[in-house]
Amino acid sequence: MKRAFPIFAILTAGLLSYGLYGALIQAPTEQTMGDVQRIFYYHVPSAWTAFCLFFVNLVASIVYLVRRSPKVDALALASAEVGVVFCTVVLVTGPIWARPVWGIWWTWDLRLTLTLVLWLIYVSYLMLRRFSSSGQTPVMAAVLAALGALDVPLVYFSIWFFRTQHPQPVIGGGGSIDPRMLHVLLMNWLAFMCFAALVCWSRYRLEILRRQVEETQALESLLAGGSSR
Amino acid sequence: MNSPPGVTRATLVKDLRLEWRSKDAINSMLFFALLVVVIFSFSFDPTAEESRRIAGGLVWVAFLFAAVVALNQTWARELRNQVLDAYRVSPARANSLFLAKVTGNFIFVSVLEALMTPLFVVFYNLRAIGPAYQLLFVAVLGTWALVVNGTFFAAMSIRTRSREIMLPLLLFPITIPALLAMVEATSSILTGEFSARFWIVLLAVYDVVFTTGCLLFFEIVLHGE
Amino acid sequence: MTYLFAAYVATWVIHIAYLGHLARGYARLNREIEELNRKR
Repeated sequence: MKRAFPIFAILTAGLLSYGLYGALIQAPTEQTMGDVQRIFYYHVPSAWTAFCLFFVNLVASIVYLVRRSPKVDALALASAEVGVVFCTVVLVTGPIWARPVWGIWWTWDLRLTLTLVLWLIYVSYLMLRRFSSSGQTPVMAAVLAALGALDVPLVYFSIWFFRTQHPQPVIGGGGSIDPRMLHVLLMNWLAFMCFAALVCWSRYRLEILRRQVEETQALESLLAGGSSR
Repeated sequence: MNSPPGVTRATLVKDLRLEWRSKDAINSMLFFALLVVVIFSFSFDPTAEESRRIAGGLVWVAFLFAAVVALNQTWARELRNQVLDAYRVSPARANSLFLAKVTGNFIFVSVLEALMTPLFVVFYNLRAIGPAYQLLFVAVLGTWALVVNGTFFAAMSIRTRSREIMLPLLLFPITIPALLAMVEATSSILTGEFSARFWIVLLAVYDVVFTTGCLLFFEIVLHGE
Repeated sequence: MTYLFAAYVATWVIHIAYLGHLARGYARLNREIEELNRKR
């Protein structure tokens, strides 16, 4: 496993640079939006990656509630944290794209708002993990993750209806996508998924290591206290 | 007495009696909501037409903040004399305790709303253009949504450091759809521009989903390991 | 064009900031491990 890490890292770096090349040079320029549309190749794959990570977190949380294995909990923590990072990327690049195209930074668009709410839920998840006393953290966090998942469809429908009541800027309606664009998009998604897996992996190892160190420290101080008496 | 409804009733009666004697929660909530109303009316200076549009948001924000004040106290009271530990070792079902607490909080927040609503009407010159009876559904369903989630997350945040801060941080993100529904339903009834039916249905669905979810997980949270 | 670069730069700034955060975590842990080893 340890030797696989650098190989995987190099592979990911290659994929990311190939993705960047594809996004900036290979992909054809979009006719109406121009070069700004190339933000798409970072924005959309980041969003998909973030959703995948949140899904991993949900599965890990449910498995934790059933099995109570600390390793699964470490995976839940890692995926939530990396997911929040990717979600932040989505929320930052979104307005940068919206500004030149629609002339506004933010709109209460369905997908944008859903992403924002997910981001808020997962930030509160991380806050809970940070603030709760150590023994109960995993259980509380897993319950919160499960409740957050229940929330997603409700958020979806509420924003969907909210939108129909309020005037919206017209957002380019679907249509077909150039196959070369799709190729670049999928390439970038693959690259970002590998990158996310990589970062998740290191976060997971950090968490496992941290717990081991904490245990050893507690043991040491116990032993030290015993011998001095 | 040992049956689940018996435990629920006993806990509820105990909480209500405690509250009736001290009036801690209701007084602090009332004063807090009053402050919010006064400060908002300073900063907006609403005309009749404008206020109708923003009142839905104002009313629910005031109730939400006031409810958080009361919700923080529900479990803190039980922590003081290790009552919570006693619940943990007792054979009583955790959900009976949860339902008692939710019902108690529901009563407190309802009383608050009943007392504060006339004040809102006076301060903001409110008059519903849409069907006013629907406001009752919105109030009941909305309060239940707030209180179920609030009681649940208060039980969760009592286990953390800095517990008073933690409750709103957990409660607000999850409650966003319910809040949106309450605010939008109230505004649409007050302005009469849209039908509030969708929002009321959404609130009902939210209540069912989260009441089930909270009942499912409460035992895990109470025992906490 | 400026917007495009701003978006790409912002993406990598966020990712690198997080990686830096991770690296700091590892560094701190390594220090603690060394300390434990020295005690032994």
